[in-house]
Amino acid sequence: MRKIVLIALVLISGVLFTARLFYLQVYDASPDSLSQNSAIKVMYDYPQRGYMFDRNNKLLVSNQPSYDVMVVPKDVKPLDTLEFCGLLKITKEEFKEILRKARVYSPRLPSVVIPQLNKADYASLSEKMYKYEGFYIQRRSLREYQVDHSANVMGYIAEVNNAIIENNPYYQMGELIGTAGVEKEYEEVLRGVKGVKYIQKDRFNRDIGPYKEGLFDTLPVRGNDVQLTIDATLQKYGEELMIHKRGGIVAIEPATGEILALVTAPSYDPSLLVGRDRSKNFTKLWYDTIAKPLYDRVLMGEYPPGSPFKTLTALIGLHENVVDTLDTFSCYRGYRYGNRTLGCHSHPSPLAMVSGIANSCNAYFCNVYKRIIDKYPNPREGIDHWREGLLSFGLGDFLGYDLPSGKRGNIPTSKYYNKIHDFPAHNWSSLATISNAIGQGEVLLTPMQMANFTAAIANRGYYYTPHIIKNIIGPDTIPQKFKEKHYTTVEPENFKPVVEGMFQVYKRGTASSIQIPGIDICGKTGTAENFTKINGKRVQLTDHSIFVAFAPKDNPKIAIAVFVENGYWGSRWAGRIAGLMIEKYLKGEITRTDMEKYVLEGSLEAEYAKPYSGQPFSINK
Amino acid sequence: MAGNRTYVRFDWLIIFMYFILVTMGWINIYSASLSDSAKGFLDFDQIYGKQMIWIGLSVVLIIFVLAIESKFYESYASVIYIVSLLSLLGLFVFGTTIAGTTAWYDFGGTRLQPSEFAKIATALALSKYVSDIQTNMQELKHQIAAFVILALPVILIIMQPDPGSVLVYAAFVFPLYREGLHGVYLLLALFAIILFVSTLAFGTIWVAIGIILVAAAIFFRNRKRRPNIIKYILISVGCIAFALSVNYIFNNVFKQHHRDRFNIVLGKEVDSRGIGYNTNQSEIAISNGSWLGKGWTQGTQTKGNFVPEQHTDYIFSTVGEEWGFVGSMVVILLFVGLITRIIFRAEKQKSQFGRVYGYSVAAILFLHFFVNIGMVTGIFPTVGIPLPFFSYGGSALWGFTILLFIFVKLDGSNYHYS
Repeated sequence: MRKIVLIALVLISGVLFTARLFYLQVYDASPDSLSQNSAIKVMYDYPQRGYMFDRNNKLLVSNQPSYDVMVVPKDVKPLDTLEFCGLLKITKEEFKEILRKARVYSPRLPSVVIPQLNKADYASLSEKMYKYEGFYIQRRSLREYQVDHSANVMGYIAEVNNAIIENNPYYQMGELIGTAGVEKEYEEVLRGVKGVKYIQKDRFNRDIGPYKEGLFDTLPVRGNDVQLTIDATLQKYGEELMIHKRGGIVAIEPATGEILALVTAPSYDPSLLVGRDRSKNFTKLWYDTIAKPLYDRVLMGEYPPGSPFKTLTALIGLHENVVDTLDTFSCYRGYRYGNRTLGCHSHPSPLAMVSGIANSCNAYFCNVYKRIIDKYPNPREGIDHWREGLLSFGLGDFLGYDLPSGKRGNIPTSKYYNKIHDFPAHNWSSLATISNAIGQGEVLLTPMQMANFTAAIANRGYYYTPHIIKNIIGPDTIPQKFKEKHYTTVEPENFKPVVEGMFQVYKRGTASSIQIPGIDICGKTGTAENFTKINGKRVQLTDHSIFVAFAPKDNPKIAIAVFVENGYWGSRWAGRIAGLMIEKYLKGEITRTDMEKYVLEGSLEAEYAKPYSGQPFSINK
Repeated sequence: MAGNRTYVRFDWLIIFMYFILVTMGWINIYSASLSDSAKGFLDFDQIYGKQMIWIGLSVVLIIFVLAIESKFYESYASVIYIVSLLSLLGLFVFGTTIAGTTAWYDFGGTRLQPSEFAKIATALALSKYVSDIQTNMQELKHQIAAFVILALPVILIIMQPDPGSVLVYAAFVFPLYREGLHGVYLLLALFAIILFVSTLAFGTIWVAIGIILVAAAIFFRNRKRRPNIIKYILISVGCIAFALSVNYIFNNVFKQHHRDRFNIVLGKEVDSRGIGYNTNQSEIAISNGSWLGKGWTQGTQTKGNFVPEQHTDYIFSTVGEEWGFVGSMVVILLFVGLITRIIFRAEKQKSQFGRVYGYSVAAILFLHFFVNIGMVTGIFPTVGIPLPFFSYGGSALWGFTILLFIFVKLDGSNYHYS
């Protein structure tokens, strides 16, 4: 016993340490990930972000170097504070405060002193930088916008937030990511791949050389440039026309689905969100909750489409075989049902389809709509068939375009009416939904959807999913889904009378005032009632001015939807703007200078101020 | 004289393992202390360069130690012991104080730590006393005398103060036990440690309840032999009193950093930035090693100097990180092998002096090995004592070298009489 106690203890210790080491080194060994090792610093080498071009290869956005003055507080030596503050253009107190904060953050890690110096400041500072130990200049890359329009299309980049970092391990604190528009949608194409360098650190977090002589380091890969479908000239012109108005313009090339212009108003100069004043400017735009310059009205705004929707009522009526182009309906200054009347304006009566469209007769389309719904044994089935036709035009759901914001719009279902009418306790008839016939009621569309169904009419029965990407330069591709035709349920021959009706709108109907020499436009005006709430009371505002059109009539090159909030009747603002846009795109110059002058000089600001004035106001004047 | 018919056979296995350990130690010190300013292996401004010198001088020491007549160590044990005590005493006059501990003599930049040599002197003196024909370890007065031999250097080292070095003297309980000290002392020491740790871990009340339950269980188990209930009660009360005193000692005698070290190992405190930093970084380094390690001078924790004192007390974390489980096992096996070999050889000694001394060497090495690796791998509280032959430092290396080679000499001379 006396001989074995010590030996036994030695052996037991050996076993104990073996077990402990096995646990530490083999069983519980943490994953040997370089990025999680506190002794390895990961440094990134950021590639140039891809450029954006318009459809005619005009450069929209490139990059510019930006210079941040950085400090490592522990390395700072006594300096001529006065001179240095002069160079940095800050006061001595501000300088002291910045240094104090940097020291609190970390004495050994770099902090930003002045972010995003411009080139001139950088030039004067860089010469004298050697005098200030502990300070240095960090080069970064920022966006440089070559144009002052298309902010809503291009979007912007911003620093990643914690939520993004948690969900996507690619991003680190302080990095930039596309947060809106094309920048967001094509983030992975534009950003490229950052290079990685592993640096061995010591316990004071100082660099002591590359890890394993750079064996695991990678080089950055430059982002791809993209060509957009936007026509910069048309886009710029559209934004100019929309000054002092709210609403938007969507122009699509029907043969391809390419978006030629995507204007939302009011908008902003994209350069505002770059540089030293970025956060100040962003805050200003963000908190403008009345004009909402960051809100993309053409993608996000859901509006009652008004009369342009009648073209769809006519098409579905023809498809369902409930109406013939020669069938006429009488209009008694409106459509009478029960003891109610859905009013109409003054025009000849009775009318057949082409004239019905040309004169935008409410009664005509109420009759067609009623026939569509009542074709089926009950209005519930009728509504669902009607809805199915509309969905084939890309309504009632996200269109699938390549921009990161959007709304579904609304095409009501039979379920919806069952619910509000408490079916089956209470029955409901087609007449309960009659407003749908003329694009009021429950029907809601985004301006993008309006442009898309117009393109489908221009194509006589199909559309391509609208898209903003023309080419990803390098691989020279675009996603396959933008090359696929989507057919509507309506047969091609049924488009003929509707197209003719839309042409007559322009020749002799509600839009005859916008005629442009040499261009055959097919269009449809819209004047949509709308309401707001003021102090909890439902108040009607001046009607929205709407116009959809395509041109030329045969082999159309452009389909367009224009929406002007509270612009009153369709041809007053929207019609004129659509006409000017079409002429600009097809001819490259404007002959209707009278119309251009009216639009450019016109302002609806007074109209928009009404609901906020606190005073009683009158509408539709 | 018998010595004229020289028949010396050194135990080459011990010598071989010694050199392997010293060489591996240097290789790891090189990695742990490598810096940019180093100019090759023979840069004597660097820590590893200095260790090279210490190793070289150790070889000189070995030759001296082996050259001296083996009888010398036994005859002059008392003289060596007294000189050693004087060297410890002299510290209070001439010593250099570092971090609050007066443990070094400074010879123009080269520091010597006499407590590293006091172990040898104590081992010799104790061996001499115990091997005396008059001495019987079962008698109380001899036990007291042996205790005094141990107590003198311990008191002087406590006064430095250097609790780590004091702990080593607990090792002498093993040779004393081997020579007849009643096993109850060993059990008592073990029981005291268990009580101490469990009181800190679970609190006095639970330990008291546990003691009463255990005592009651033993009592009922032995009830047919009519045990004396008063004896049981007295022992239980004594144990509970000890448990109560633990809290008092812990809170009033221990210093805060001692308390912290216990609390971390007991899992009561998690603090990987403050006091727990060393242990935490050391465990990270060892974990980094995995099966085969990151390779020599490739350990990321080692290169970044994340483990404080890595070239001295924490040298084993470098082994763990750069040589992995396999390399660590080699070191563990070498130590286990060396210590068992020494015990094996000690048992073969013909003189009692040689045996007691051999046991002392084995026990001292074992205590260092156990406490140091236990600390580095995070299963023992932080006690700053070096890993023999591995850790950087001249005094420690020389102390262990002399300690070991005196035994090699004694062992080798064993063959004179055969």
